[in-house]
Amino acid sequence: MSSLDDLYRRVIMDHYQKPRNRGKLEEAEGLIVNLNNPTCGDSISLSLKVEDGKVTDAKFLGEGCSISMSSASMMTDAVKGKSVEEALELAHRFSELMQGKEIDDSIDLGDIEALSGVAKFPARIKCATLAWKALEQGIKQSGQE
Amino acid sequence: MDAKELRKYFPILHQEVNGHPLVYLDNGATSQKPIQVIEAMDKYYKEYNSNVHRGVHTLGSLATDGYEGAREKVRAFINAREAAEVVFTRGTTSAVNTVAYGYARAVLKPGDEIVTTVVEHHANFIPWQQAAKATGATFKFIPLAEDGTVTLDAVRDTITDNTKIVAIHHISNVLGDTTPIKEIAQIAHQHGALLFVDGAQGAPHKKIDVQDLDCDFYAFSAHKMAGPTGVGVLYGKREVLERVEPMEFGGEMIDFVELYDSTWKELPWKFEGGTPIIAGAIGLGAAIDFLEEIGMDNIERHEKKLVAYAMEQMREIEGMTIYGPQQDRSSLITFNLAGVHPHDLSTVLDSYGIAVRAGHHCAQPLMRWLNVTATARASFYMYNTEDEVDAFVAGLKKTKEYFGNVFS
Repeated sequence: MSSLDDLYRRVIMDHYQKPRNRGKLEEAEGLIVNLNNPTCGDSISLSLKVEDGKVTDAKFLGEGCSISMSSASMMTDAVKGKSVEEALELAHRFSELMQGKEIDDSIDLGDIEALSGVAKFPARIKCATLAWKALEQGIKQSGQE
Repeated sequence: MDAKELRKYFPILHQEVNGHPLVYLDNGATSQKPIQVIEAMDKYYKEYNSNVHRGVHTLGSLATDGYEGAREKVRAFINAREAAEVVFTRGTTSAVNTVAYGYARAVLKPGDEIVTTVVEHHANFIPWQQAAKATGATFKFIPLAEDGTVTLDAVRDTITDNTKIVAIHHISNVLGDTTPIKEIAQIAHQHGALLFVDGAQGAPHKKIDVQDLDCDFYAFSAHKMAGPTGVGVLYGKREVLERVEPMEFGGEMIDFVELYDSTWKELPWKFEGGTPIIAGAIGLGAAIDFLEEIGMDNIERHEKKLVAYAMEQMREIEGMTIYGPQQDRSSLITFNLAGVHPHDLSTVLDSYGIAVRAGHHCAQPLMRWLNVTATARASFYMYNTEDEVDAFVAGLKKTKEYFGNVFS
């Protein structure tokens, strides 16, 4: 597999073309985090519903490249139904994945693992981490970390 | 002018990137430097490194001659009346800020107007926006034609007797259009306004005659014109520069320092507080020698030809949008390929050794005007060749094919 094919794996393109959890929650239903990457213009608006220490819903709207949008799609899929600790742990794993670190394979990352190729493209790491930064901020805002 | 011949002076161009010969098409961001520039700076550090304007010793005189000699080269390059009208800055950004702080913020009042366009690079936008905000002056925009160009009718309709400053690009870093500076200067002056020109994409690509343009200020950066980073130029007419207060206080820029007040050196040194960018200025001087040797008219002609050649082939690619005027463009092409985000496009091109820029190009208001969030940009310089354009177009086709495949 060339490094380009490693970057743009089929599952990434699938999330880019058919994003999961696209949309937003009403203000009364959850909280909203708006983040953008000022160097390139990617943006995300993440809606999160955190109840009793659990992420019960996650939706996103945004504009950006295949990496940033597929990452947002995968992230929302992955954290829905997880406890806040589990979600933050995933965010931590993802950050390690982006740094090219060997990760503990006892935790199944599912589709997210497909983004591991991004680590070899330093200019694109910020694209992949945008949605996860929004998640961390949202959990902080919820006051339930 | 033979671009292929010129390439031998640019050591960086002779390398492979990701297994392909480097095709460097990000000159709008920064240009490459010829060996003459690298060696001139090297020579300064190896043979006569010393501070300027103070040492009585031999090296001090040599350094001062090198630094002031570079100023004279800049003067001749832009045809300023005198070297005192050439201020060395850190680059275009600090040149704009020098005037925005030292003049706009000091003199503007509510009711006064700063006139600009949404095409401006952030460097020629935010300093004025913030000056307007701080003084209560009105920040006004010249409406653009459909292709993003600035027409004189629109300029006439926007500038009024309340306009104190007009800040505009010479050549847009996104649209590649050239604004009619001379005519705009005339209109601005009829209303008593000063004209500030962002020449960051002008001076590297076109013969500049500030007396003919009759602009009040003209700013540019060395690193986009074969020179080093960290140095740029603020040109200003003597009578207007005298009305600009220095923004940075310290050594080098003072005349008399008393306990409770100080006076400034004369132009241009009152704006050059602290030890200046000596090696950088010497490098800029060497870059100007290099450009003059080739001839700015030759460079402009070569780039326009390359751009026309590239645009002709790009238009044949289905799903291609090219922003800005479709002909008579300066050295750059900003575009989008349907279905491929500019970052993805840039990553795929990079895998073929082709360097282009992707993003908002420090022009967010313009991106909104174009109704896009990001674009890709290929920008050329004197050393780019038709072969490289062919490689770039082939790369675009491969990108399209690649994304067609991963999508299917």
